Amino acid sequence: MSESAVAVEHLHFRYNSFEVLEDITFEIVRGDYVGLVGPNGSGKTTLIKAVLGLVVPSKGSVRLLGEDLRSFRAWSKIGYLPQKMSSFNPHFPCTVREVVSLGLFSQKKFPRSLHRTDERAVDRALDLLNISDLKHSRIGELSGGQQQRAFIARAVVNNPEILILDEPTSALDPETRESFYDLLRDLNASQRMTIVLVTHDIGNIGKYAGKFLYVDRRIIFYGSFEEFCASEDMTTFFGVTSQHIICQRHR
Amino acid sequence: MPEIFEYFQYGFIQRALICGTFIALLCSTLGVLLVLRRLSLIGDGLSHAAFGSVALGLLLGVYPLYFSIPVLMLCSLGILKLTERARIYGDAAIGIVSSLGIAGGVVIVSSAGGFNVDLFSYLFGNILAISRGEMYLSISLSIIVLLVVVFFYNELFSITFDEEFARVSGIRTGRINTLIVLLTAVTVVLTINVVGILLISALLILPAVTAMQLSRSFRGTLLVAAWTSAVSVMGGIVLSLALNTPTGATIVLTGFSLFLCALAYRRVIP
Repeated sequence: MSESAVAVEHLHFRYNSFEVLEDITFEIVRGDYVGLVGPNGSGKTTLIKAVLGLVVPSKGSVRLLGEDLRSFRAWSKIGYLPQKMSSFNPHFPCTVREVVSLGLFSQKKFPRSLHRTDERAVDRALDLLNISDLKHSRIGELSGGQQQRAFIARAVVNNPEILILDEPTSALDPETRESFYDLLRDLNASQRMTIVLVTHDIGNIGKYAGKFLYVDRRIIFYGSFEEFCASEDMTTFFGVTSQHIICQRHR
Repeated sequence: MPEIFEYFQYGFIQRALICGTFIALLCSTLGVLLVLRRLSLIGDGLSHAAFGSVALGLLLGVYPLYFSIPVLMLCSLGILKLTERARIYGDAAIGIVSSLGIAGGVVIVSSAGGFNVDLFSYLFGNILAISRGEMYLSISLSIIVLLVVVFFYNELFSITFDEEFARVSGIRTGRINTLIVLLTAVTVVLTINVVGILLISALLILPAVTAMQLSRSFRGTLLVAAWTSAVSVMGGIVLSLALNTPTGATIVLTGFSLFLCALAYRRVIP
């Protein structure tokens, strides 16, 4: 069985005449916990969307779990949390339970009916995110943090092999954010779940992730935090103080 | 009042109630999907396009509703492709197809030598004049469309809530979007008889927004919308008989009254 979780080769993405991503090549192996970092507009979300087939790159290839993205069908092995659910309609009549159950459809064949075991999986995910008491609440009536926990529950309900989260903590208060990061660390350690966490919070990512992928239209750095801290190129790029802060938090 | 109940023994009233109820269920189901996807006006746009196809059908001597089904299916696909390929917003694409239908209809009507009296019943509907054949067609197509919705319920729910997530769940969103617009085209054609071209969007939108005031869940919203829609149509037919008012318009006003009741209920019990 291939150990490769995500492999991207010479990926370019162009929007009109603007090159959003240039020659991106990297590989994430199973069990990695990668922080994908970069400034606003650096192409982080576009890269994630290209990896998931939501946008079509102008050049290059993507392989998920060893299989070319164009023929990839094992979507039940992928968990995804889009960025702040920007398209989410707060007036949508839908309970938390229904939202979480959406995460199970990827493992179902037509007509994608849910069974009793699926209901138990939904209950487990609700427990995990500590929102069992909200399961019958309308999603639009919850606070931003509670909604985000429901969407995270949707991403993990089918126990995916790869979990990709795009800015998952932006609506969470500091306490919930810490417990969320603990949950990710636990999923990564106990189930060897591959995690790709997109964030622009470069100062904190070192506390949680084992690897660090810094993108600003092209790859600036990809490797472990130890490699990052020892890299003179990164000292030049980030400056001594910034590099020091990132490395201190990782320790 | 007693004479109202005597009406129910007439075949044309029975046909109107049966056919109207099936179409009400159809409109409410599609309406919930369209309203939640912010595509409410696609019904309006397609009904305006139906004006052109009905006029063309009358000109050619073909039964206008049969003729309109494939024409509106093509129009709905046109809206979808304009949105996807021509980089224009959905409402603009609907506007293009809608105005094209009206313009085409006006040209056809004027070149046919004046206003054809038949066209009037298509504009405002005449469910009381529905024939047995039209009733069977409406019931059959309603059942087919409702079965499609039942079988694709989870796909439709997923894509309606979050299309991006649906794609990562392996749902072929392009196919489901095509399915939704095609079902809408069929629904619009069937609804022409009930409330007419000018009021179709009310039957698609009102039950959905009424149900959204009352229900917490997606499934609940579909059920409440179906109930509201059926009550609007049946209540509207009965009221129009009692008050001697146009049936299509009375159905829409009944639906609007239910929406106001739902709003008031929501204010009292939030």
